[in-house]
Amino acid sequence: MRDDDLVTVTACPDGPLIIRGPASFIAEDGTPIDQPRRSVALCRCGASAIKPWCDGTHKRTGFTTGGREPR
Amino acid sequence: MPARVRPRGPLSASLCALLHRRCPPPEAPQRTGHLLDAAKKALAATGNVVEDDDLQLSLFLLYGLMYGSLPWLDASWEWHPDLIATRALLERAFEAQMRSAATAEDPPRADREAVAAWLFAATAPTPGPDLARFVARSASRDQAREFLIQRSIYTLREADPHSWAIPRLTGRSKAALIEIQSDEYGGGDSERMHAAIFARTMRGAELDDRYGAYVDDVPAITLASQNLMSMFGLNRRLLGATVGHLAALEMTSSLPNRLYGDGFRRLGFGVDVTAYFDEHVEADAVHEQIAGRDLAGALAQDEPALLEDILFGAVAGLRMDGWVGDRLLHAWQEGRTSLRPTSRETIRA
Repeated sequence: MRDDDLVTVTACPDGPLIIRGPASFIAEDGTPIDQPRRSVALCRCGASAIKPWCDGTHKRTGFTTGGREPR
Repeated sequence: MPARVRPRGPLSASLCALLHRRCPPPEAPQRTGHLLDAAKKALAATGNVVEDDDLQLSLFLLYGLMYGSLPWLDASWEWHPDLIATRALLERAFEAQMRSAATAEDPPRADREAVAAWLFAATAPTPGPDLARFVARSASRDQAREFLIQRSIYTLREADPHSWAIPRLTGRSKAALIEIQSDEYGGGDSERMHAAIFARTMRGAELDDRYGAYVDDVPAITLASQNLMSMFGLNRRLLGATVGHLAALEMTSSLPNRLYGDGFRRLGFGVDVTAYFDEHVEADAVHEQIAGRDLAGALAQDEPALLEDILFGAVAGLRMDGWVGDRLLHAWQEGRTSLRPTSRETIRA
């Protein structure tokens, strides 16, 4: 069983971090960022136009997270 | 209530004539046996099931019975054996054509990560002209509204076709599908349901937001796109295809929806219209990750026999999406409407 209070951060290969659980997101100016859905994807490539969220742009820029065995 | 539909050939005419009545009780004379013959004739006469107006409208109506999406279709017909037999006949031909058009090249191992990587590669964005770029840069206001009409056949019932898979899955792939669908359905808030957000888009563009209002206006290929999802969803033997289809759909959503939103903003539509597209940029960037690994990848690993159909469903969805996009794009580039010539003037409000 997963602890309900525990936030999980799942790293997606060549993609964002998926955050599940009761996390709060605070912007650079200290204001809270509205969390629109239960599971959110945080940009990891830096190219998203809707940061902190992922918008799929990593697929255009060839972003890789590496560290995987070659297939 | 939106108007009933206009038949597009002998089979849909027979079907409409039947469905405008209530289903007779089982012990009464049925007068439905001619449907199967009409379906066989229509199939023998067509060279292309996917583009055949009569066949695709007939399938659309038969699936409409199952969804309850068209209120004038009486529920008493839902499991009528002659209607089910007719549907099975049409589906066999439709599925065969899709299978020959959608071959999965270089299939991966039945492994979660390998399947996800294959799906992401198969859905990778391509450079060059496409529908989303056209809407972003060049579409007129009329074309933008036409685009909403074309999309409304699916989107006013968004997510429903893939939900048929929920009771047929178990374990982690079921949990993944629920995680995606829960968000599609607004996460407990009916106002946030994607179909409801799209209804606001329709109203904001001064279009009818009732389901089925534009069935008469859309070409066979638009109905085929919806029918493909319904065929996958309503047949348990095609469970893998449903899952693959959803994964491909989610993986080809965020980037185009950004462009659609840009196009509607360029044309001066308000937030009530563009919110739908912006929601999908964000939501589907989450969904595609879950759909690739936790849904499709996990299902392939847990049930390797489904791998082939997972890939088929993904490629079939991509092909269909390509055909629909080409149809709209070519029509607009030639200065024509993508809607059927019978379209009512009211669309150009």
